Amino acid sequence: MSALSWAVADCLTLVRRELLHMSRQPSLLAWGLGFPIVSVLLFVYVFGSAMDVGDGADYVAYAMPGMFAMTMAFGFTNTAMVMAVERDRGVLDRFRSMPMAPSAVVTGRGVADIAQATLDLVVMAVIALVIGWRSDGGFLATLHAFGLLVLLRFALTWVGVWLGLLVPSIEAAGNLFAVAFPLGMVSSVFTPPHLMPDWLGFLAMWNPVSSTAGAVRELFGNPAPAGDSWIEQNALLMAHVWPVLVTAVFLALALRRYRALSD
Amino acid sequence: MPVPSVSARRGASEHSVVAEGLTKRYGDRLAVDGLDLAVRRGTVLGLLGPNGAGKTTTVRMLATLTRPDGGRAEVGGHDVRREPALVRRRIGLAGQHPAVDEIVTARQNLVLFGRLFHLGRAAARARADELIAAFTLQEAADRQVKGFSGGMRRRLDLACSMILAPDVLFLDEPTTGLDPRGRGEVWDAVRGLTATGTTVILTTHYLEEADRLADRIAVIDHGRKITEDTPAGLKRAVGGARIEVVVADPSWLPAARRAVARVARGEGPDTDEEALRVHAAVDDEVAALTEVARTLQDEGTPVADIGLRRPTLDEAFLRLTAAGGAA
Repeated sequence: MSALSWAVADCLTLVRRELLHMSRQPSLLAWGLGFPIVSVLLFVYVFGSAMDVGDGADYVAYAMPGMFAMTMAFGFTNTAMVMAVERDRGVLDRFRSMPMAPSAVVTGRGVADIAQATLDLVVMAVIALVIGWRSDGGFLATLHAFGLLVLLRFALTWVGVWLGLLVPSIEAAGNLFAVAFPLGMVSSVFTPPHLMPDWLGFLAMWNPVSSTAGAVRELFGNPAPAGDSWIEQNALLMAHVWPVLVTAVFLALALRRYRALSD
Repeated sequence: MPVPSVSARRGASEHSVVAEGLTKRYGDRLAVDGLDLAVRRGTVLGLLGPNGAGKTTTVRMLATLTRPDGGRAEVGGHDVRREPALVRRRIGLAGQHPAVDEIVTARQNLVLFGRLFHLGRAAARARADELIAAFTLQEAADRQVKGFSGGMRRRLDLACSMILAPDVLFLDEPTTGLDPRGRGEVWDAVRGLTATGTTVILTTHYLEEADRLADRIAVIDHGRKITEDTPAGLKRAVGGARIEVVVADPSWLPAARRAVARVARGEGPDTDEEALRVHAAVDDEVAALTEVARTLQDEGTPVADIGLRRPTLDEAFLRLTAAGGAA
């Protein structure tokens, strides 16, 4: 077999390993989904009555696409945690001392995260349907929307790999949620940026999570009172561009960090 | 079985590991400072030294995990810097913590590593079966690793690093944190490996471990090799054997002193009044023992115990690292 086909084979072996882990720990999946589920219930039922997103739009229809995007955004903390644990436990050292393709550890992570993200989205979509959310965008647009959500998760995986290899300890990886929280919140996930103070609204508009949330609202056909700024008007475009940019930068950083383990 | 034995696969070169002037620098600190090693095929080399001496960095460089800053090393006939991929086909590594997956079974761990070592599905399963038997994990093979004892976990970890029957196996503190029983299990497993022709390099702070397992011991301190010898040679270098006579009653101490004085080297016998013990360094160990025994017998001195006591490896180690630190 050629080097490339071994790289693919090794990647798939590691993906199988991750799937095996997931299947052995259904409780972990439940915990991972705990935050988005609680968020959905809190925001929709507790705050939702007080939320006015403008134009008389239904808050469930506004918040649900944002919630999907936020769950995808927070996923990278899980990636970082897994990488930090595997480094700490010597698993990465063993892999690196083996004749397997060096790229497989990183690419395997990416593919496994896509699988995880898909599962997360399925569970969340079921909950969303139960509380009355619907996609009015038709089959292809809906599929496109979920595709963009997975794309955001995939792009942020490299941020997770990079951070997981960068942090000094597992505890530090656990604290990355403090970084992820504003990334999820300072966005159009729960409230439209034009209702925020100017400077905060600016940050929120240019947050990649906002672009994905905006694009997904459009594709789902959920009423979305978008602002007038260029970035808000071009959410669908930017929901493609941002993940590509993030991947280009952070995949390179992640690979460099992985190679630097030899220093 | 597609995994040939080490000797069948490799031409018989004398040394499996050779390092010359191996150097690693972290900032201003030389972690490893011009280390030379030559490890004969099928033997166990113990790297012994205090914390921070450079043992783990040395192992990491030999196992292609850390790039050396200077010098060269060949492992299994390949240069670690120029041909890391070829080196990786010939080595196994068991680090300071078992790198096995907790939530899957022992067998699943072994099959996974088999696949990552590029064995086919059937071959990976067959190899897993062999290793389960070789490391006596049969009863636990299909249980999740999280229920394993420390010794079982390490044995599984060793088995995972033995998938391709490596030429060279690196063990970084293989028994740290194990109870005596677990330690014994791991020792037995390591001894089993060398019987198959695998060369083992192990780091340890346990002198007993080096003494039990290693054919040769390299004492390392401040990134440099202070000395390398067999365990017995190290003890000899630190000071030869001492003869020791214990009498049953204090009144016999003078007679014991006289007898021991005839063979004592240098300053003559030391007496431990409380333990009723007389001891002295000697040159010709067996002749000295025979002579003292005969003298005491001829004089009719009752003896509670008589024997040769060799310095422990602890004494050798402390003396060597103290000297190395001063140098």
